[in-house]
Amino acid sequence: MLTFRCPVCGVDAEETELSPGGEAHLKRYGPGSSDEDFSGYLFQRENPRGVHFERWRHAYGCGKWFHAARCTQTLEVFGTYPAQTTEPPQEILDTITKKRPGWTWRELGAK
Amino acid sequence: MKRYSAFALVREALNDHKGWTRAWKDAQPKDRYDVIIVGAGGHGLATAYYLGKRFGITNVAVLDKGWLGGGNTGRNTTIIRSNYLQDPSAAIYEKSRALYEGLSQDLNYNLMFSPRGVLMLAQTQHEVRGYQRTAHANRLQGVETEFVGPEKVKQLVPIIELNGPRYPVLGGLWQARGGTARHDAVAWGYARACSDMGMDIIQNCEVTAVRSDGGQVTGVETTRGAISCEKLGIVVAGHSGVLAEKAGFRLPVESVALQALVSEPIKPCMDIVVMANTVHGYMSQSDKGEMVIGGGADGFNNYTQRGSFQHIEETVRALIETFPMISRLKMLRQWGGIVDMTGDRSPILSKTPLGNCFINCGWGTGGFKAIPGSGWGFAELMAKGLAPLCEAFSLDRFPEGRFIDESVAAGVAH
Repeated sequence: MLTFRCPVCGVDAEETELSPGGEAHLKRYGPGSSDEDFSGYLFQRENPRGVHFERWRHAYGCGKWFHAARCTQTLEVFGTYPAQTTEPPQEILDTITKKRPGWTWRELGAK
Repeated sequence: MKRYSAFALVREALNDHKGWTRAWKDAQPKDRYDVIIVGAGGHGLATAYYLGKRFGITNVAVLDKGWLGGGNTGRNTTIIRSNYLQDPSAAIYEKSRALYEGLSQDLNYNLMFSPRGVLMLAQTQHEVRGYQRTAHANRLQGVETEFVGPEKVKQLVPIIELNGPRYPVLGGLWQARGGTARHDAVAWGYARACSDMGMDIIQNCEVTAVRSDGGQVTGVETTRGAISCEKLGIVVAGHSGVLAEKAGFRLPVESVALQALVSEPIKPCMDIVVMANTVHGYMSQSDKGEMVIGGGADGFNNYTQRGSFQHIEETVRALIETFPMISRLKMLRQWGGIVDMTGDRSPILSKTPLGNCFINCGWGTGGFKAIPGSGWGFAELMAKGLAPLCEAFSLDRFPEGRFIDESVAAGVAH
């Protein structure tokens, strides 16, 4: 069972307390963007077998959104971080690199 | 290939069963094929079979990273139905159901197809109206279904509790020609027929890269060496996103875990398939007597082939309300499969941005029933570049907004 530490209220919450919210850090293309960018934002999603960044909501707890880094192959959680950011904190990237050398996700990855 | 028949059975019985041959050859990869299909599950093998049978293309290899039929083909709940709302879905699923009727004879392999009937329970007023609408749509599409009242439901399923605590049964959508089939046998039957046509089924052969030249596919690199091809078909269900990335394009697909479970075997008590979509569970009884149970999928990306325990709890809780007599049953085993979900819950059978590379994916939680129809249509698409059955299911439908919205139409379970 998945367990995340909610970065807002600090509670260790298990899966039934949380709602999955899909891919994190989407760039929301709007009017004026190209058709390709817009349809990409609407429909294309990262679907990696490995490191993934997601949004979750502590639905049956504090009710707040947060971000999580997780492995879809093993369900290992690398860490959670606040929703108010456009990219994962360096500390989490370092944790992932230590555990999964050579990982990539969109333009991110082990340096 | 030796034909299977009652006569062959008698002959082999008298011969100590020494004359049986392998159902399919253990093939070694050649350097080049006209067509390579990645994924030796039901859909991939059916595609290869109809490529040979309908279009005479037999220089075909079907590659699988594991063993034949070891993915979702062996992990589903074997339900076959075609009571969909939208025309393109009804066309391909009904083609599929119709093909299942004669498939055992066609393949000379007993698929144990059992057209026992599928009943989808209506447990809210909303569902009653929804299923009445589907029944009307099906009548126009030439799919035989009817909306039945609670009395008929009780007659079809004597073990059902019509006046459950949360959701009374108000009726149901009944498709008498739906049913079940032996899932492994579908893969094995197609594999045997493909091998007999001279196709190579190569197991334990993972595709590690897709080769292309000037926007056209030229072959694949595998754990058993490079193989070149003229056309490539990607039919890998849950791992479609991974393969598409190797081929250099993205898909509107996310992979999640869907679970099923079976109980200990009991005496025959239910001779149809019952789906209860409001409370989230469906059940049928296998020929061995086990109650085969399926429920909801997880909401997050997952490749682990095991799902979350609360979904089993939710499904079993719902089914105990609907069928109180199963409350003391012990569950025998539980498993999960990785299903590829699209935004409109309809499949993708399409050309791709890479020339001569085709993709068949996105069957989500309802792929087994579609195996023959999907193979029929996808083979035509690969052979001719155009197939009426597949036209509406192209990748273009997402940017162009031509969704085939079965996600709302079908409630939850597919």
